[in-house]
Amino acid sequence: MTRAFFALLARDLRLAVRLGGGGGMAVFFFLVVISLLPFGIGPDRELLAKVAPGMLWVALLLAALLTLDRLFQADYEDGSLDLLTMGLLPLELIVVAKALGHWLTTGLPLVVAAPLLGLMLNLPGEAYPPLILAMLAGTPALSFLGAIGAALTVGVRRGGLLASLLVMPFYVPVLIFGVGAADAATGGFAGEAGRQSLLLLGAVALASLVLGPLGGAAALRANLR
Amino acid sequence: MTISELSLSVRDLACERGGRLVFEGLSFSLRGGEALVLTGSNGAGKSSLLRQLAGLLDVAQGVMAFEGGDPELSLGEQAHYVGHLDALKPSMTVMETVSFWRTYLGSIPEGADTALEALGLAHLADLPAAYLSAGQRRRLSLARLIAVPRPVWLLDEPTVALDAASVARLVALMTSHLGQGGMIVAATHLDLGLAEARQLRLGAEALT
Repeated sequence: MTRAFFALLARDLRLAVRLGGGGGMAVFFFLVVISLLPFGIGPDRELLAKVAPGMLWVALLLAALLTLDRLFQADYEDGSLDLLTMGLLPLELIVVAKALGHWLTTGLPLVVAAPLLGLMLNLPGEAYPPLILAMLAGTPALSFLGAIGAALTVGVRRGGLLASLLVMPFYVPVLIFGVGAADAATGGFAGEAGRQSLLLLGAVALASLVLGPLGGAAALRANLR
Repeated sequence: MTISELSLSVRDLACERGGRLVFEGLSFSLRGGEALVLTGSNGAGKSSLLRQLAGLLDVAQGVMAFEGGDPELSLGEQAHYVGHLDALKPSMTVMETVSFWRTYLGSIPEGADTALEALGLAHLADLPAAYLSAGQRRRLSLARLIAVPRPVWLLDEPTVALDAASVARLVALMTSHLGQGGMIVAATHLDLGLAEARQLRLGAEALT
């Protein structure tokens, strides 16, 4: 069973690297949004520094949403998903493998890109460590919660928008606590509030690691039969 | 593969798709070493029956009992399903595809070569699936049957896009599977010429 799990994960990573669709596109989108931002709100360095954590989080969230719809749909359309369910791996673990693959190919590159894009928004130096830490804790939640939305809309053609709408409310806590944790360092909050935000963000992420696979598997079951 | 006597019995099976009753009251039984060929007009429920057997479609009514296999596993987990969709990833090579399914379905990472040779795909091993012809894609799909030993084969029109030589090769593989005590349920419009095949005609009367 472990072998099957890693075989599926390795296949997804390999496909993502070869097709270059998912992760690359998300990072590119992230880059575009953040580069346009200073043009949109003007070269006010203090204002940019103030909105930087929030804007980085919002852009990262949208970039992650952009790639969600293909999570199960590609396998559903070519019949692979049927065969995957006929293996010995429980559907819940199939969802874990696919969500983990999504995080490794989309979430992680976005976290790596975020500090570079922070420079463009004049993000204060002391805000980088908490921001990166918060994004590392928060992005797995985006992939795992997103898996539920992707599983629900697996049979819908061009279901990306629907999946985004379904998942959006679940992303709100990640956004609030993620920005809270990063804001603490920019002076908006006291240190204690930032620490609490980070802890709550961790709690949301841990809960999503459980709820994502369970919800995703239930949604897939309902859709497949 | 377990050589112990396999038996599959289906009683009073019904299938419903989109609120429409596709078939009902379907019963048959099959033993290891036997093949069942499903015939019937388009929409008679051949594919639906195969998907039900594979556990990919809910059973509206009736029972399916499979004995002689691994009691821990469901019928779907002991069966191969080759449907209309070939489940191939364009960017994965022939060898990678077979190796993946071998590891995923059977936890056997090594030795995908024999499956490729059995289907005459060995010379294409390093070619991405995107460049395969329709017949070659079908053969790659069928290579799963050999790559991972499973006692039950559920084949939905397995000969589509295959040339005469490949059909003969497939029939030889099916005969050898039956010889080892395996079981095959196949939907086809073509006479496969299997020696021991029984016929089940899914009637058009269920439609009207």
